[in-house]
Amino acid sequence: MKKEIPLLITFIAGMVMILQFFIPHRPFSDLQQLFNTWFLIITVFAMILGLGNLFKVHTKRLQRRPKGWWYSIVLLAGFAIMFTVGMVWGPARGTPFDYLFWNVHIPMSSMMFALLAFFVASASYRAFRARTPEATLLLVSAILVMIGRVPLGNYIWDKLPLIGDWIMSYPNMAGQRAIMIGIALGIVSTSLRIILGIERTYLSGK
Amino acid sequence: MIETLGIWMAAFLTLCILSFLYKDNPFYKFAEHLFVGLSAAYWAVYYYFNILLPNLIQPLFGHGQLLLIIPLVLGIMMIMRLFPKVGWVSRWPLAFIVGSYSGYNLITYLQSKALEQVRATLVPFIQIESWKNLFTNPGVMTFLNAIAVPVVVVGVTTGVIYFFFSKEHKGVFGGFARIGVWFLMIAFGASFGYTVMARISLLIGRVYFLLHDWLGLIQ
Repeated sequence: MKKEIPLLITFIAGMVMILQFFIPHRPFSDLQQLFNTWFLIITVFAMILGLGNLFKVHTKRLQRRPKGWWYSIVLLAGFAIMFTVGMVWGPARGTPFDYLFWNVHIPMSSMMFALLAFFVASASYRAFRARTPEATLLLVSAILVMIGRVPLGNYIWDKLPLIGDWIMSYPNMAGQRAIMIGIALGIVSTSLRIILGIERTYLSGK
Repeated sequence: MIETLGIWMAAFLTLCILSFLYKDNPFYKFAEHLFVGLSAAYWAVYYYFNILLPNLIQPLFGHGQLLLIIPLVLGIMMIMRLFPKVGWVSRWPLAFIVGSYSGYNLITYLQSKALEQVRATLVPFIQIESWKNLFTNPGVMTFLNAIAVPVVVVGVTTGVIYFFFSKEHKGVFGGFARIGVWFLMIAFGASFGYTVMARISLLIGRVYFLLHDWLGLIQ
């Protein structure tokens, strides 16, 4: 029973979603809308589960007091302040929640991602070596795209930005398209295996 | 006053994260943990006001749509995963999510990521206008534009051949697969370059904030 009912639920949910594409009429269209709403609601609870896990990990750290335990206080306090402010005043523009979002959250998230520029640069300096024709192609295409997007590229040769754009629009698109087709076919086969109950790894664990 | 405080907070936290370039330090760790806590709270509030409130709480408790008890119960079952003894009940909502997501993606991916991409590749191999343009006005860009469509067709075909693993990549088939790898390498290189430039532009934005908004050193 611990596996049979989940397999049945997977089959029904999957088949309803597939059938509504081919029969866009009642009851399948209604069922699809209903399932979409349920899906959204359950994913929010999945996020609550993630939050529960976050609290569990950090309250344990507060109890055990390992090295750097006080950072957990920072995390929990940050959560408590932002959550309280959001629930009391709402997320609308001009509220304290909006103020914290623009002055605390956005600067940190932008800087976190910007920091990656340094690490990507240093990693590529160490790893990029034109040892094989394939590696050379990767290197040349990356350099042309990068140099084509800065004023220096235009200064060296006015065609460089256009060549950078051409690489993005054609050879890059061809490669991305091949990857996309591969992914789509992989998703189709995996989805079929899941719906038919052949693939059951998601049911493992407690 | 409140605006100035916001700028100083943003500047302090920006510098805290930037300090990681020196080495892992307490300022970075402070900002990192604060970021995780704040992000979690941000999304919790966002989901509450945009999904739970309009789709569950208001219709169920305000308008009496009792059918919504089902996702509510399934959601509570999902949270049971936090308690090992009854954790197995979370398989039911998980099965629902996995099943409906699989069913939905099976068709949408097949439609948009496979069939549409194939259809977009099935275009006339020779673009007469581009070739006319090349002969009347020879140059690097006119040449690249003339070969653009053949490049896409060959790139997609050989790229897909590379992903076909049921046949050994040997002989003519292996040769096509090799060309496919070249296109994939160009795509990876271009994506890499594009990502680096996106990160650099974010960095420029933060440095501009520090020098303009915070210190007022540049106009």
